[in-house]
Order: sequence, then C-alpha cells, then structure tokens
Amino acid sequence: MSLALTHARFRILETLRIPVAVVGGAFFPAASMLFFVVPFAGDDAVGATYATASMVMFAVMTSSLFTYGVGVAEDRAQPWDPFSRTLPAGPAAAFAGRVLSGLTFMFISLIPVVIIGAALTAATASPWQLLLALGAVVLSALPFTFMGLAIGYALPTKAALAVAQIIFFPLAFGGGLLSAPGDAPGFVETIAPYLPTRGAVELVWAAVGDFEVSTTSMVALAVWTVAAAALAAWAYRRDEGVRFS
Amino acid sequence: MPLARTIDVTRRYGDRTALDGVSLDIPAGGVVGLLGPNGAGKSTLINLLVGLRKPTSGAVELFGGDPRDPASRRRIGVTPQETGLPATLRVSECVAFVAAHFADPVPAGALLEDFGLAEVARRQTGGLSGGQKRRLAVALAFVGRPELVFLDEPTTGLDVQARRDLWTYIKDYGRTGTVVLTSHYLEEIEALADRVVVIGGGRVLADDTVESIRGMVGIHRVSLDTITLPELPGVVGVEEAAGRTSLLTPDPDQLVRDLVAMNVPFRGLQVQPTTLEEAFLTLTTAKTGS
Repeated sequence: MSLALTHARFRILETLRIPVAVVGGAFFPAASMLFFVVPFAGDDAVGATYATASMVMFAVMTSSLFTYGVGVAEDRAQPWDPFSRTLPAGPAAAFAGRVLSGLTFMFISLIPVVIIGAALTAATASPWQLLLALGAVVLSALPFTFMGLAIGYALPTKAALAVAQIIFFPLAFGGGLLSAPGDAPGFVETIAPYLPTRGAVELVWAAVGDFEVSTTSMVALAVWTVAAAALAAWAYRRDEGVRFS
Repeated sequence: MPLARTIDVTRRYGDRTALDGVSLDIPAGGVVGLLGPNGAGKSTLINLLVGLRKPTSGAVELFGGDPRDPASRRRIGVTPQETGLPATLRVSECVAFVAAHFADPVPAGALLEDFGLAEVARRQTGGLSGGQKRRLAVALAFVGRPELVFLDEPTTGLDVQARRDLWTYIKDYGRTGTVVLTSHYLEEIEALADRVVVIGGGRVLADDTVESIRGMVGIHRVSLDTITLPELPGVVGVEEAAGRTSLLTPDPDQLVRDLVAMNVPFRGLQVQPTTLEEAFLTLTTAKTGS
C-alpha cells in the first residue's frame, strides 16, 4: 500500500511541475459548462443539475480515457518505464499509483464544473448529495479507467490517441451525455442503455436528483467494467515495453 | 547455487532470434563482462535476467526464483542501456523514489557524493548534462545495496575522467558484490572484469578469463597494395577491397617479417588493430565455420 502511495506521490509531483497540464485538464469541462449548460439550461433547476452531472461524467470519461490511454502508452516508450519495472514492486503498486494520481487530477478538473454549476446556473445539490455524487463518479470512472489502461498497454502513443478519440466520441454522444434524461434523439435513447456512459451518468443523476436508474444500464455498466478490466489485465501481461519490428 | 542463471534460453522477436540456446551461470562475487558487438544479444540476456522479458524457451533463475516475481528482484540493481529519467523530478526525488522500494537503502546524500552528483541534488533531471544523467542512472542501480548489479553499457557517453571514476566504483563494488556488465569496449572489460563472456549472434562464443579472451580477439589488420601473395603462416583472414589486400593476424610483427623475408613486393603498408567488432566477426566466422 505504501508503495502505491509512493508511486502516486511521484506521479502527482511530476504532473504538478507542469502546471499548464493541470490547468488544461480542467479547462475543457469548465468551458463546456460555460458554452453548453449555462446558456441553455441555466435557469431550470432540475435541468441544470442533470446537465451539470452529465458534464461531470463527460469530464471523467475524457480524463480517464486520455490520461491513462495516452499516458501509459507514452510512459512505455520511455526508458524509465523498463527501469522501474526492474524494481522489486509488482504491477499493483504502479497500477494503483497511476489510478490514485489520475483520480486526484480528475477531482481537480471537476472543481470548476461544480463551482460554475453552483454559481452560474440554478443547479442545486446538498452536501450529502455531493458526497454521494463523488462516490458515483469514482464508480463510474472505473470502466473508462480500465479502457484507458487497456489502450495504453496495448498500443503505441499515436495509435492510443487515435483509438481513444474513436472510442470517446460514440460513447459520449451515444450514451446521451449531451442531453437531459429522456431528451436525447430517438436512436440515442435506444442504444444508450447498452453503453457504459449511460449507466455511469445515471448513477450521478441518481445521486444529485430524483432519477431512477434502469436495470439494463446498471447491468451494462457492470459488464463493461468487468470486460474492460479483463482487457486491461490482458494488455498489461503481454506488454514487455514498446516493441519495434 | 549461482545468484542468477539461464538454462538453454532462446528468445525470438518475431522471426529474428536474439538469443539461441544460452546457458550461463552467474556465481557470487566478482565482475562478469558480457562482451559483444551491437545486436549480439547482450541486452536481451540482461532483460531476461532482470525479468523485463520472458524467454521463448528455456528457463531463467534469479536468486532461485523467477525474475518476473518482484520478490526475486529485491537484491538486484539495474542500469538499462538507455538513460531515461523523469525530466521534471529532481535528482534527490529520483533517488528517493527508487529507495522507497528497498528495505535498507543507501542514504541519498552519500550515494550522490560517490557519483559526483551532490551539487545537482536539487536540480530537475531534465536539466542535467548527458554525463550527469548517465551517472545518476548508474547510481540508481546501487540505491538498494544490491548483491547483484546489472549494468548495461554503463559508461556510454561519459568523458574520460567520469569513466575512470565509475570504473573505480564498480571495481570496489565487485570486491564484495557481484556485477554483470555489458560493453563493446574491450578496454572497459579489461579494466573491470574477472571473467568475460563473449556473445555473438545470440550465442556464447567464449567464456573465459580476460587474458585468454584478449588473446582470442587481439587481431590486427595488415593492409597493403600487392599483386601476388604466397601462403603466409598466422593469417586468419584475407580481404580484398578497392585494390587493397587486408590480412588479419594475431601477430602483425611476424607477418611483416615474413613478407619481407619472402620478398613479397608491396606498397603502402599499414598495420592497425582491428576494432572489437571485426575481431568478433572473425571469432564468429571461425566458430560457425568449424
């Protein structure tokens, strides 16, 4: 456990030394809030709360897929990675350290979203609901974290970036992240329950509002999480650093 | 029991064979030099021994266990061939990170002092010179007071003084610990190793003392312009290129005496020590030819 914390500490330190990376990570979701939520759903308390929750999920998904997908692929191409794999620590410490530091920066990038939601829209949530939402966010981040890790361990950087983008887009839109509950275009409503994004955002909606999660979405979310975790473990095991032929 | 060993290990990358049936024991104590040209399989052998890669067939043992099990790696230290340090971390932070993995690490101050890095302890590694980075990469192998250290071309990119200092350190370490070191500089192996393992084409070509390896690879190239050449004793290879003839021999002085004694007409005589790579080629061809 202490090794996982050591790994997390040095990862966080590494990122903090490049402050613009932290700012950049927080910019996208905050800007999306300002452009898409504040003007359209700002006055409607329920709508704004749901939309803010969706935007939070959007940020979580982006940051998981890209931080882990591209981050892991990039690290594997650096000679520091094989060196640290010769140290007497199993994959768990590195894995956990990576996820802990990822969660830290994810929460940092969520702070402006919540602040904008509270200050500029009619969105409301009690402290208890916020705490619940925090738990929901961590749970919902899992499938995307595993997807990111699988991508990162399986592919070189440029391919990882492309694949993360390709996966990200249909998941975000198909999962109905950009519309209020029950308000998405017809075909999105049809496919959404089978995508992990929908189950994930439903958890957050349920945490902050009067939303009832659907069984289909929850089962789909669980299946996606397990499948992505298996894929990540497989990719990690077969990885021996980036290979060139 | 040896500290580390490979048993009939073969490693392929796709259809390229990097190691071909290598069996090697690393007993406790002393410095073992792995010598061979680029692409001979030295780094692959090290990567297998430290658990970075799996053999395609055969077995690898480290302290009696599988090197891919973290517990087997508690008593080793490694410097990979390529230097890679997290650019934004400070020198002392890199040492602290590695030290966190070991039960009884060397205090950072003393270690950095030994490697001449005490003044740059607070600097980010991205701001170090190439030589300082390399020295830090080597220092990191010694953080955990290892019993067995793997150094893959440790002195690449170091100036003469830094190289000598590092040699002294490694030699001292070899008195109580065990070091496995790769190099393609014969000079470096001569200065440090008690035992030399010559690797070429993925196989162990020779495994012997420094003395006898030097005899095997100490080949000279005698090149000259000539038309006819009689049969000459002691010539292990003849090459013709651009009208010049090159004779490879372990004893160039005797060869020149023979040329003169036999009245062979020649011009533009040159005697050069062969590079290690050429010597290896000779050794490799001799092995596969016989």
